[in-house]
Amino acid sequence: MRLYHSIPLLRIVPDDTKFDFMRFRRISFPASAVLSIVAILLFFFHGLNFGIDFVGGTLIEVQSKTGPADLAKMRATLGGLGLGDVQLQEFGRPTDVLIRVAQQPGGEQAQQAAVTKVQQALGSDVEYRRVEVVGPRVSGELLAMSTIGLGLAIFAILIYLWFRFEWQFSLGAMIANVHDLVLTIGYMSLTQIDFDLSSIAALLTILGYSLNDTVVIYDRIREMLRRYKRMSMPDLLNISVNSTLSRSIITHVTVTLALLALLLFGGHAIHSFVATMIFGVVLVGTYTSVFIAAPILIYLGVGTSRMATDEPAEQSEQATPRRP
Amino acid sequence: MLYISKWKATAILLTAAIFCLFAVPNFFSESTIKRWPEWAQRHIVLGLDLQGGSHILLEVDVNDVRRQRLLAVQDEVRKVLRDARIGLTRAPVIRGNSVEVIIRESDLQQGLAKLRELSQPLSGFLGSSGQRSLDVENVGGGVVRLTVTDPAILERIRQVVDQSVEIIGKRVNQLGLVEPSIQRQGNDRILVQVPGLGDPKQLIDIIGTTAKLTFRLVDTSMSVEQALQGRPPPESDVVYGSKAENKQPYLLEKRVIVSGEELTDARPGFDQRTNEPMVQLTFNSSGARKFGQVTTENVGRQFAIVLDDEVISAPTIREPIPGGRAQISGYFTPETANNLAILLRAGALPAKLTVIEQRVVGAGLGQDSIEKGKLASYFGGALVVIFMVATYGLFGVFASIAVGVNVGMIFGVLSLLNATLTLPGIIGIVLTIGIAVDSNVLIYERIREEVRTGRTPITAIDAGFTRALATILDSNITTFIAAAVLFFFGSGPVRGFAVTLGIGIVTTVFTAFTLTRLIVAWWVRWARPRQLAIS
Repeated sequence: MRLYHSIPLLRIVPDDTKFDFMRFRRISFPASAVLSIVAILLFFFHGLNFGIDFVGGTLIEVQSKTGPADLAKMRATLGGLGLGDVQLQEFGRPTDVLIRVAQQPGGEQAQQAAVTKVQQALGSDVEYRRVEVVGPRVSGELLAMSTIGLGLAIFAILIYLWFRFEWQFSLGAMIANVHDLVLTIGYMSLTQIDFDLSSIAALLTILGYSLNDTVVIYDRIREMLRRYKRMSMPDLLNISVNSTLSRSIITHVTVTLALLALLLFGGHAIHSFVATMIFGVVLVGTYTSVFIAAPILIYLGVGTSRMATDEPAEQSEQATPRRP
Repeated sequence: MLYISKWKATAILLTAAIFCLFAVPNFFSESTIKRWPEWAQRHIVLGLDLQGGSHILLEVDVNDVRRQRLLAVQDEVRKVLRDARIGLTRAPVIRGNSVEVIIRESDLQQGLAKLRELSQPLSGFLGSSGQRSLDVENVGGGVVRLTVTDPAILERIRQVVDQSVEIIGKRVNQLGLVEPSIQRQGNDRILVQVPGLGDPKQLIDIIGTTAKLTFRLVDTSMSVEQALQGRPPPESDVVYGSKAENKQPYLLEKRVIVSGEELTDARPGFDQRTNEPMVQLTFNSSGARKFGQVTTENVGRQFAIVLDDEVISAPTIREPIPGGRAQISGYFTPETANNLAILLRAGALPAKLTVIEQRVVGAGLGQDSIEKGKLASYFGGALVVIFMVATYGLFGVFASIAVGVNVGMIFGVLSLLNATLTLPGIIGIVLTIGIAVDSNVLIYERIREEVRTGRTPITAIDAGFTRALATILDSNITTFIAAAVLFFFGSGPVRGFAVTLGIGIVTTVFTAFTLTRLIVAWWVRWARPRQLAIS
């Protein structure tokens, strides 16, 4: 097999990596706790930039037919229509403008009237690329459905993990991943990225993927628990995390590459979705499964009997994988 | 694990090939596919966000339904008591959710019995549900209260939605739109989707109008001013004119001479004398008879044509009109005449519908999204392939083949389901490309570990597969649960994301368990490696 051997392959994680991840729990746990609290405070005091899906209103994307759009002029025109809060922003290209009209008082029909007014005011100098009107009834329901959906997903996964693993694993995964969601929501609040239906999709996907990562590590921990009956818990967790580290990193690189392609070439419409995913899956998800999900098992009482020996050196020597 | 029988290998390859083949129709134009056998015609439908079009969600106005029902009950009560010659202290009135009538003490029992007959049993899913359409109570003091029950309203809303779907279908077809889709959604909603329609103004006008047309005689027993100040006669009410008629009030008899239901045709046209746009109506035989009779008996009197509680014309009957034809003029532009003709031909909606959500995407944006989605997919795919080959060499090529087959199968399954591909759906596919290699990574890393414990390549590969597959299943099921929840709770384009993500997970697991194994097994048999390049 000389042919294949002659090609130098990328080696991201050296084979004998023995990084002491568990030691970092004394830093990672307080750090995560602080960040989570900051995220929650951001959510309550800074808020999310809710899109029309959840607060109702009108969103119109127009493209100027005559060169770059004159935002100031359009703002003046639309501001004089008496439609309350009207926001304009350039959308990807200088010719494209995104117009947001706040929900109009006066029920469902008033929203339609607002669209007509805007269209009359802008005339035929622009092409209407997208018009979305969400009435008060629908927006309320979408928010409720999304919240229920998110809760249900967490619950369903909790149940599944409980069946597949012991309850401590299920709880540990849940704490870790709710932590992911909280941090991601904090990020969305901080950046004031649009929070709409696709953000819910992003949150659910982040939940799915970072659990995916956690489950891979837990699978290994479970296997190690069966194989090494005497090894101390921190050592066992360290070995598990280290032996799955290469996989974790390679997988995250490929997911990141895919997301990067979407971010660079996917257009402005999916920008906030992809940015959220990159933050959630790549930054938080990876960190969580290694620094939170794994060490939290120690506190949840997995292998409590092993806790007595917290000196890693001797035990791990003994436990060098050597199988018949 | 590495020995795969010929039969199994054939089955694996066939399955993958068949699913990929189902994706083929997507590469041909609609007209080409039309000539293929029916089973081969299934293909992916582009979502409205990709091909442009209008998505309009309508809701039945529950208050309107309730009001209509109460008015009907009021009428029935009046009629039943009058026919049974039961004396009333006060005529039936509507109070909140009920109709109240005060019956003279001596006739109370008889009246109650008659009114109780009005309450019909409601049919549930399996015969009678034990619920009734009306609660009839004797409140005391001769007051009888008839309350419309909630199940009766729900039942009525269900009927209203069914009828409305049909009528909207007729109306939309008359507009000549291509492949409109009109579906009931939930209990009281209707979703209208029209691909390619970039400006839904006319569509919304057409489906947002009830178009209830009635012909009624003007009541001359008192003047309108008197009726407005005092109380109108019980058999009449005041109806206002349209804007064109300066909102002038009319006192009209409640009795309807003929209504829109009795039309067989309505055509737009121009009045030959005045050249004004008009709508020409043709009544069916019973309508024509009634119209003929009333116009014969009431020559010289004024009647009113009422459209959706608005008088649009109030001509005087100059001579009997026996032929069952009538025309409305003096109110329209050519466009509104045409719209009304469409509405009248399709029939009136049974209740008012309100637009509660509207999403319109222009064809230009849709095309842009497709282009960008394609570009992102190609780049995403290329980056992942380059990285995998750089990391795993030949095994990276195997992984890339698996990912390629994976994407082919996703398109195949989407075609088979006639599923809708949306922009978020494309994101789902690109993400799948990124995550599909995860199963290969898990297997390869496991093989490397096994090699490190001193196993021979073949036993290492064998053990690597066995151990990794359990993990692959576990980790993918959690993502699948998230996708499933998104599918059931998400709406619109986001659902498209859930669909591609979900299908992507299934095909990923399939290729990991079968195709990747098969490729590696063949390679091992062919190359008989003494050392593994991946370790």
